[in-house]
Amino acid sequence: MSEILLSDLKIGEQGVIHHFNDQNIALKLMEMGCLPGEEVTLERYAPMGDPIAIVVAGYSLSLRKSEASSVVLEQF
Amino acid sequence: MGLFSTQGQDAGFRVAMAGNPNSGKSTLFNLLTGLRQKTGNFPGVTVDLHVGYSRLANGKKIEIIDLPGTYSLFPKSIDEQVTAAVLCNEQHPNYPQLTLVVADSSNLKRSLYLCTQLIDIGMPVILVLNMIDVAQRKTIQIDVNKLSNSLGLTVVSVNSKDGTGLEELKKQIQISSFKSSLPLLQMNEISEHDWTGLQSVLKSKTAFDAFVQYINHNLFFKTNIDSQIKDFFSGKALNPIQLQTSESVSRFKLISEITSNSVSYKNREINPLTKQLDNIFTHKIWGFAIFLLVLFSIFQFIFTFSAWPMEWIENSFSWFSEIVGNALPKGILNDIITKGILAGLSGVVVFIPQIAFLFAFIAVLEDSGYMARVSFIMDKMMRKFGLNGKSIIPLISGAACAVPAIMGARTISNTKERLITILVTPLMSCSARLPVYTLLIALVVPSKNLWGIINLQGLILMALYLIGFIAAIGAAFVLQYIIKSKEQSYFIMELPIYRLPQGKQVAMVIYDKVKVFLFEAGKIIVAISIVLWLMASFAPGDSMLAIEKKYELTKDQYTEKERNNKIAAEKLEASYAGIAGKAIEPLIAPLGFDWKIGISLVTSFAAREVFVGTMATIYSVGDESDERSIRIKMKEEVNPYTLQPVYSTAVCFSLMLFYAFAMQCMSTIAVVYRETGGFKWPLIQFVFMAALAYLSSFGVYQLLK
Repeated sequence: MSEILLSDLKIGEQGVIHHFNDQNIALKLMEMGCLPGEEVTLERYAPMGDPIAIVVAGYSLSLRKSEASSVVLEQF
Repeated sequence: MGLFSTQGQDAGFRVAMAGNPNSGKSTLFNLLTGLRQKTGNFPGVTVDLHVGYSRLANGKKIEIIDLPGTYSLFPKSIDEQVTAAVLCNEQHPNYPQLTLVVADSSNLKRSLYLCTQLIDIGMPVILVLNMIDVAQRKTIQIDVNKLSNSLGLTVVSVNSKDGTGLEELKKQIQISSFKSSLPLLQMNEISEHDWTGLQSVLKSKTAFDAFVQYINHNLFFKTNIDSQIKDFFSGKALNPIQLQTSESVSRFKLISEITSNSVSYKNREINPLTKQLDNIFTHKIWGFAIFLLVLFSIFQFIFTFSAWPMEWIENSFSWFSEIVGNALPKGILNDIITKGILAGLSGVVVFIPQIAFLFAFIAVLEDSGYMARVSFIMDKMMRKFGLNGKSIIPLISGAACAVPAIMGARTISNTKERLITILVTPLMSCSARLPVYTLLIALVVPSKNLWGIINLQGLILMALYLIGFIAAIGAAFVLQYIIKSKEQSYFIMELPIYRLPQGKQVAMVIYDKVKVFLFEAGKIIVAISIVLWLMASFAPGDSMLAIEKKYELTKDQYTEKERNNKIAAEKLEASYAGIAGKAIEPLIAPLGFDWKIGISLVTSFAAREVFVGTMATIYSVGDESDERSIRIKMKEEVNPYTLQPVYSTAVCFSLMLFYAFAMQCMSTIAVVYRETGGFKWPLIQFVFMAALAYLSSFGVYQLLK
């Protein structure tokens, strides 16, 4: 089990949300269903490498890399 | 806004519609209300307020308001603030007796977050499960009865595509008792603090309602609530962010429990078609190529294909005004109606084709889900300039016409990014500048080819368009540091699955936007155009009569046509517009402009292409379509003091830059006024564009002269 930032995932890689490093971004993400314990998969990068798209709770969510870098995941 | 609030009483009762973005809420709203709706702004903010009416089976009329999409009652943007303010404040003029929470069935848990929050603040709620077809395709099974039992409220499933379930929904609204159901989340799950005390101080419906009031107390909620809350919590250390975090976690846990026996998932994969389309639409090469093609089509439609209906509208108006002019007795009243009011109306109606075309595109792009991908692929590039990925659509359409473009900026939900987009879009060279550019280029730029292939005149024209684009991007870059925003800029958004847009929805958007433009911006445009007409047609004292008398004496020197043209030229010089043109001469002399150009600058305010018509009048050409004669007259014009040609290269380039940068368009001002909710921003925009125009014209004239 190791920790990794959401912004460091490679396409197709998965992780489980462990905690957030930015409380305001955390609130926004949580109300959209990104809660600790949820599994996320990195779906794709935008053509210029930023933002990124992830799959969480059965839907596609896009966010900037800077925002994703505040999400800490666990990988098993 | 009083209009909307008072109608609630005679309409029977008011129902609000709330839901996550992309839940199909607005489609359902359109189905329920049809054309019985109107659009305004919420008081104090430029967020669309859609109010509509629907008749129930028992003949009762209900008022329905469509609230901006939100994920929770804790707002993160201005749009969401409006929704929270309406739903959490009983004193709000739009406070509903019942709220329909529209849920995207394929994202049920996320929708239930908002739904259960509303239940817990004591709001009577009906849950509307929309897009159940999408959910079933994703193999999510929802047992509506069991879900209804666990939540303790009415649940109706509808399909906003074909209207299935609509009658059942109306029936449930009709038999609703407007009673709130029991709160679901226990307050001790959120915090160990006792919220019932605050509940009694604030007279809130529930303890959770008091909690929401506390969290949102610095937003615009109940009056005097701040001091009450401060009194209550003085000395007690509570952390609002921690409270919200714990609320989210425990509420989602509760939702999982509630749905455990009514919702089952077989497969949580993303829709395969959406995945394949995204592989193309967000591809490094194809993604941009397709987007360029989309932009090109939008531009073609507004620039080229709207020209025909616009011409038809203008011709119809002049035909009609000729009939009216002949039917009414000659005189001032006749002139006011035909040349003032009808001409002004024509100047408003003529925008309809461009607005309709742009919003047809925008509606299709939004409803299909493609617009979210535009943001996704353009974000990194546009972010540097303080703009949104979506800003590129208004900017490019601004090269055809700023009026629809600025209205299109409403799709940008971040207030600061929307404002910057609105402020810089008029710097893009629009189609109204084209006749001015071509006239001036033909005057001073020889029509020869560079290296045998590139036409010099075409090159200069392209350079003018490029300068406009650079100015717009540059201004945006500077403005992002000047404009302050309380709103945090997130780029956290759903990439919804692709759906086929519905013709009816697209038609509703077009209808709505055209109506808003005609009735809100139209008033200002007609008023200004009447003022401009009065300025150009009237003069102090009886100087107009004197001119006519003078030419009465020289009757046989000219043909009738020549004489009329000369009278028109002298009248314009004597008019208030002429006086204004002469008055600003000292101000514009450093740019190389004389009072005749001054008059054109004044009259061009109606629309930039009026420059050509004014030049025709000033130089007694009469017919403005006779561009060759105008050009010859302008070429022959000699400065009486220096004996040099007035329209030198320096003056023409100075004039072109002035027209490129100055805000000489009352319709744009009227639309910016409507879209920013006041005269502050159009005024600031007018001043900064004037300064930019003045300085660059001054620079180029002094350099070239």
